[in-house]
Amino acid sequence: MSGVTLVNLWVKNSAEIQRKRVETKPFITNPKAVEKCTRYVDTDLNRAFSPENLSAPEGDDLPYEVQRAQEINRIFGPKGSPEAYDVIFDLHNTTSNMGCTLILESSKDHFNLQMMNYIKKAIAPASCLVLLNEHPLLKYSTSRSIAKHPVGLEVGPQPQGVLRSNIFEAMRVILKHALDFIELFNEGMEFPPCTVEVFWVSERIDYPRDANGNIIAMVHPNLQDCDWEPLNPGDPMFQTFDGKTIHYQGPGTVYPTFINEAAYYEKQQAFVITRRETLVASAIRKA
Amino acid sequence: MEHISFPPLSRVAICGGTHGNEMSGVYMVREMQKQKADQDGSLSLTTVLSNPRAVDACRRYIDKDLNRCFTEDLLSAPVTDSTPYELRRAQELNAQLGPKGSQEAVDLVCDLHNTTANMGLCLIFYSLDWITLHIYKYMKSKITSAPVRAIQLDIPVSEAYSLESVGKHGCAIEVGPQPGGVVRADIFNLVKEALDLTIEWLQGFNSGSTFEGGEVEVYTMVKSVDYPRDPTTNEITAAIHPELQDNDFKLLRPGDPMFLKFSGEAVKHEGEELYPFFINECAYYEKKIACHLGKKSNITLPSASVMKN
Repeated sequence: MSGVTLVNLWVKNSAEIQRKRVETKPFITNPKAVEKCTRYVDTDLNRAFSPENLSAPEGDDLPYEVQRAQEINRIFGPKGSPEAYDVIFDLHNTTSNMGCTLILESSKDHFNLQMMNYIKKAIAPASCLVLLNEHPLLKYSTSRSIAKHPVGLEVGPQPQGVLRSNIFEAMRVILKHALDFIELFNEGMEFPPCTVEVFWVSERIDYPRDANGNIIAMVHPNLQDCDWEPLNPGDPMFQTFDGKTIHYQGPGTVYPTFINEAAYYEKQQAFVITRRETLVASAIRKA
Repeated sequence: MEHISFPPLSRVAICGGTHGNEMSGVYMVREMQKQKADQDGSLSLTTVLSNPRAVDACRRYIDKDLNRCFTEDLLSAPVTDSTPYELRRAQELNAQLGPKGSQEAVDLVCDLHNTTANMGLCLIFYSLDWITLHIYKYMKSKITSAPVRAIQLDIPVSEAYSLESVGKHGCAIEVGPQPGGVVRADIFNLVKEALDLTIEWLQGFNSGSTFEGGEVEVYTMVKSVDYPRDPTTNEITAAIHPELQDNDFKLLRPGDPMFLKFSGEAVKHEGEELYPFFINECAYYEKKIACHLGKKSNITLPSASVMKN
């Protein structure tokens, strides 16, 4: 609900998101789903921006979200072309205890890396971590991928359908700093090289399931809410409904996140495993 | 001290998935059905997945909130092709576990729920029922991992609208906080502990134990408060204030902040001091409820044992 509420606020009064020399457009990507207070109507919009979907012949028989993806591609894209928007901020919440997270889609997007570095420093000592999803199989076709510089904002924990004040205000502050960065960049400020710590997605871990596909265990209480904390081989990972512990058996320490996200049960994901890396961002300056 | 006796309580129904996205009950019922838990000593247990279509869709309900469909009027209304799914289902459940108000009704209905509010473990019931109050007292004495509280709704049984009113005795076991669609192990384990203790109490009761009376603390609902809304669009203009959020059952005094508007101002509580609960429950936005406010009181429970014939 944070993104929905913020965008509705800004559609009514956009003063807060105006910056010199920047055209900012607040936009509700999935209005039918918002109206029904559900994640999606036919299919997950944030997986719908694939090349196949975007190039499919238009038609009312297409799932609602595919039609919507095509429409969004027309408004803010076309994806991959020079006409595409420079930046899309895609506002999300999660039931996982991820705090404020920025999601990056490319390790070579120096503009985004510099922006994320700026945001992290601006909100310190509060934390804002960067999740990098560049995995060839696990990467997915997001709505923000239409833009040249896609930025995902993921703030949690918040139940679906609920608006928590602290989560709402945190997302609002991150956006404020992001827009400040763009304004500074447009004014000609040079941003020197910097390093950015990222959590690089490496693997998706599903729940243990029975032959019918039903889950037979839950995220273990020791792992629940421990997003970004080290998970070591032998640590408890799942607890079966009848009380047994299943341990993590991987080769080394990993950093799990998206732990127990409501929407991911149907996507076969209990959590995602990341490794910590430091990326170097080149200096950037407006040409 | 006063003493009260009851006939044995041998037929018990455990219901989950009355709201299809409240996952502790869904998984608890499935697990009990897998373990084939239908006879436990003196107890005959019936496990019910109350709203299977909503469970499949992982939604609170399909057409209408099932847990508002159990008034005597709705249970006796004629069913036609256009009858909403949940009204039909309520009549099926009433036939299976009731009929409400009759001798054939099961002795106890325990309906498992989750809430997004930080309420710990709550037993919710309509009128003062010594059996449910004893079960509450027993749970409260044994559970240490979470606060255990009781909420009384003070509605006469004929107007009672929820599933547990179908049994001769009934309570909702409400546990939170848990998001819809999520099963948390800590919350599941708490629900399991509460159910195990309920069954333990019933076994003890049926086998002749006397349960000591005493004072118990109960919250009684006084009123509900809606979110501040825009008068033209009806959209909410504020969120629960960070100082109220997650502070279920912490006394709210006049002047204490309740809401924080998107424009930055705080909206304060006016009126008498009351205890808030169901603070920021997801399903209540559409019912125009930001939280309930209630009073706390002490009730003296008589000691209880089974009637010997």
